[in-house]
Amino acid sequence: MARFTVNGRAVDIDVDPNTPLLWAIRENVGLTGTKYGCGIAQCGACTVHVDGVATRSCAFPVSAAEGKQITTIEGLAQGNTLHKVQQAWIEHEVPQCGYCQSGMIMAVAQLLKNKPKPTDADIDSTITNICRCGTFQQVRAAIHAAANA
Amino acid sequence: MNVMPKMNRRSFVIGSAAAGGGLAIGFDLPFGPKEASAQLATPELGVWVVVKPDDTVVVRIARSEMGQGTITGLAQLVAEELEADWSKVTYEYPTPGENVKRKRAWQSYSTGGSRGIRESHEYVRQGGAAARLMLLQAAANEWKVPVEQLKAENSTITGPGGLSTTFGKVAEAASKLPVPEKPALKDPKNWKIAGKPIKRFGTRQRVTGQQIYGFDLKMPGMLIATIKECPVFGGKVKSFDAAKVTSMKGVKKVLQVGDTAVAVVADTFWQAKTALDALPIVWDEGPNAKVSSASIAEWLKAGLDADQAFVGNQNGDAKAAIAGAAKKVEAVYSYPYQNHVCMEPMNATALYTPDKCEVWVPTQDGEGSFAAVLAASGLPADKCDVHKIDLGGGFGRRGGFQDYVHQAVRIAKEMPGTPIKLLWTREEDMVQGRYHPVMQCKMVGAFDKDNNLTGLHMRLSGQSILASVRPQVVEQDKGRDALTFQGVFQSGEHAFGYSVPNLLIDHSMRNPHVPPGFWRGVNINQNCIFIECFMDELAAAAGQDPLTFRRKLMDKHPRNLAVLNAVAERIGWDKPAPQGIYRGLAHMKAFNAYVAGAAEVSVTGDKIKVHRIVAATDATYAVNPAQIDRQVAGSFVYGLSALFWQECTVKDGRIVETNFDTYDSMRIAQMPKVETISMPSGGSGPWGGIGEPTICVAAPAVMNAYAKATGTRIRSFPLKNHKLQIA
Repeated sequence: MARFTVNGRAVDIDVDPNTPLLWAIRENVGLTGTKYGCGIAQCGACTVHVDGVATRSCAFPVSAAEGKQITTIEGLAQGNTLHKVQQAWIEHEVPQCGYCQSGMIMAVAQLLKNKPKPTDADIDSTITNICRCGTFQQVRAAIHAAANA
Repeated sequence: MNVMPKMNRRSFVIGSAAAGGGLAIGFDLPFGPKEASAQLATPELGVWVVVKPDDTVVVRIARSEMGQGTITGLAQLVAEELEADWSKVTYEYPTPGENVKRKRAWQSYSTGGSRGIRESHEYVRQGGAAARLMLLQAAANEWKVPVEQLKAENSTITGPGGLSTTFGKVAEAASKLPVPEKPALKDPKNWKIAGKPIKRFGTRQRVTGQQIYGFDLKMPGMLIATIKECPVFGGKVKSFDAAKVTSMKGVKKVLQVGDTAVAVVADTFWQAKTALDALPIVWDEGPNAKVSSASIAEWLKAGLDADQAFVGNQNGDAKAAIAGAAKKVEAVYSYPYQNHVCMEPMNATALYTPDKCEVWVPTQDGEGSFAAVLAASGLPADKCDVHKIDLGGGFGRRGGFQDYVHQAVRIAKEMPGTPIKLLWTREEDMVQGRYHPVMQCKMVGAFDKDNNLTGLHMRLSGQSILASVRPQVVEQDKGRDALTFQGVFQSGEHAFGYSVPNLLIDHSMRNPHVPPGFWRGVNINQNCIFIECFMDELAAAAGQDPLTFRRKLMDKHPRNLAVLNAVAERIGWDKPAPQGIYRGLAHMKAFNAYVAGAAEVSVTGDKIKVHRIVAATDATYAVNPAQIDRQVAGSFVYGLSALFWQECTVKDGRIVETNFDTYDSMRIAQMPKVETISMPSGGSGPWGGIGEPTICVAAPAVMNAYAKATGTRIRSFPLKNHKLQIA
C-alpha cells in the first residue's frame, strides 16, 4: 500500500513497496506522460517533482513517496494555462519524437524555480537528460525564452 | 490516441536504390483482403486528400513520424498543390491493411533511408493537384462556367462575376468526379506552404504528456508481457523453471516464445519484469559462445589483405599506381558495433483471436509490421491489421526488423482474446539490437614525385547488412553488398565525391554472428570517417592545406564542392582560427543529398571541446527549413555520441553494454553550437534526404580538427577507448 498525492489528487494504491514510483504512476495511477527510458536514473525521461524536487522516478521506490506530493507532466499546467516552459517548448518547437520531453520539461521547470535566470553554465550543470533526437539546441533556446517570459 | 490504419507489406527499397546501386529490394507476401475495415475520413478526392463539409482538409500520410517531421513536410506538399488553407489541414494514416485492399494505393510505407519525402514527393503532390482540379471542376459544373475561369486559393474557389465557394461546399460533388492522372505540378518558385518553416504537427501533446506512444497504450483487459531472448545470438532456450515464479503477484503466464526467448505475462510491467528477473533460465548458447570483439577484429584484420574482395568503385589501375608511387601513405581504421538506443524501447501490442489479429506498434514500416503479423499469426491478410503509432525514436531499428512484433503476436496467440502489450526493458533493447555493423578499412594513397595523388585503394573488411537482412539482394549481385559502399560508390545517390586517376574501393565481406542493422546513416558513418580522415592524412603527407588538396580532386563534383566551400567560408577557413582553436572539414553525398561539416575544437589534456559546427546541406529542395535545422543539429548529437562513447562490445558471444551507464549519449552541456546552411540547388533532378546524411560528417570533421590540434591521428572508435573525453 502506498498513499500519496498526484497532481493534487490523493491516491491509495496496492503495490509492492519496492515498485518504482514511475511504474506506480504509469500503471496504478494511470498517467502515462512520465516515461521509462532506462530504469537506472541515467536518462531522466521519468523525471517528476516529489514535494517540489525533480526526481528520477524509475529508481525511486513508491514506499519513499508515502505522504508526498507528486507532480507529473500532466499536472504542470494550471488548468488550460500551460507552464511557461511548456509554452516556450511550443514556440521553439523543441520536441522531435518527444519521448524524452516530459522528463526534460520537468527538469527545466525545477531549474527555473531555483534559478529564474539561469546561465548557460547553470543549464549545463543541471539538465542532464538524454535526448537521442538531439534537441538540445532548441532546449537551450527555449529555457532562456521561458526565463525571460 | 493517434492510432489508426492498416495494411500489408510489399516492396521495400533500401538506401542506394534506383538511381545508382540498383538496390530495389522486394519481397512479397500473400495478400488480398477483400473487405475494408479502416475508418478513413470522407469524402475522398483521390486517395491522398479528403475535404470535409466544414472545410477541414485531411491529408493521408503513409510514412511514419518518429521526430523527423516527415508528416508535416508531406502535408505541406499536398496542401501546396491543393491550394489549401493551412490552418484547416490535418492528417490521417491509412492502415497497411487498407493499402493492401486498395492495391497499394498509398505505395510504400517504409520510412527509412531518409526516403519519407524524397521518394514520395512527386506522387503526393500529384495527389494534391488532382484533388484541386476535382474541386474546381465541381464548382464549374455547379456554376456552369468553364473551369478555366475558376481559381483555387486558400481553400476557396472564385469565378467570374464574384462567384465564390469553399472547398468543403463542393467536396461531395468533387468526390464523384474522375481523378485526373499525372496533373501538372507547381513550379517550386511559387510555393507558399511548402518550402516554409511551418510549425510541425503534434507539438502541444508532446509537451503536455498527452502524446500516446506504444508504451502508453491501454486497452480493456490488457496484460503486460516482458521478454528475454537468448543473449548469445544464435543460441536457444534450454530450460526454465516456471514454477519458481508463477505464484508471484500478478503473474498470469510464463511461456517460451519460439526457440529463443522466454516471456512473463502479468497484470503490470513491474510484476512481469520482477518475475522474469527471478525466473531461472538455462540457455543453450550454441556455437557462438566464445566469440569476442577481439576475435572478430582478428578476422576482419585478415580481410584487409585478402585476395578476394567485391569491387564497389574502380577506375584506372590503383594497384599499379601504388606499386610505382614516389610516395605511399597507408592507414588502417576501424569502426565498432553500435546500438540505436531509441528513447522508447521496442514494444508492440497484439490482440489475437482465431478470426483476427491486430497489432498496434510504433513502426518505421507499417507494411513490414503487417508482414510480421501475417507470418506470426498464421492468418491471411484479410484477417490481419496493423495500427501505426508515432515512434519514440526509430533511427533504423524499427523498420526492416519486426522481431518484437513477431514476439507480441506469438504471446498473444497463446492467450486468445486478451490484448498483450509486450514491453522490452532497456537491457533487452541493448542486448537484442540490430547493430551498426563492424568494419575495418585499409587506406593506401600513392603520390608522384610532384605530390599529385595518383592512386587510392580503399579496402573495407567487415560486415554486410544486406547479407543478413536481404540475402537475396546480395545473391543477385553475385555476393556483393553494394550498400557497403554508401558514399564511395561508383554512381548514384551515394556516389563518391572525388576523382582519382587510379582508384579501387573494394570490400572483403566478413559476417560475424552479431545481427547487423540499418543504423541512422547506415554505412556512410564509417565510410565518411575512412575517406575524409584519410584525405586529411594525404593532404598532410603532401604538405598541403586539406581544403586545397580536396578541391583539386573535386572538379567533376560541383555540388559536393559547393557545400564544402559553403562550410569553409562560414567557419572562416581562410582566416586564422582563434588562439587554441583548430578546424576540420568533411563532406559526402548520401541519400542523394550533398552535405558538409566544419568543426572548431580545442584540446586540453584528454578533453576535447567542440565549440562550433557549421553544416551545409543541398537536398535539391527544402520543404521545411525549420525541420531541416533541427535534423541537422540533432545529427551532431547522434554522430558525436557515437564518436565519443558508443561501442557494443562482444564478450562470450553476447553484448556487454546493457544500459546508458556503459553506453553513454551526449547531454546538453556537451552539445556544440550548430549553424545550418540549407542551400537547395533546385532543378528537376532527384531530391535528397535530410534525416541521415549529415551524421556522417560529424566525426571526421571533429577528428580532423583534433589531429591538427595534437598532431595525433586516431583511427579507431569510440574515443573513450583512447581515454579521450568530450568537454
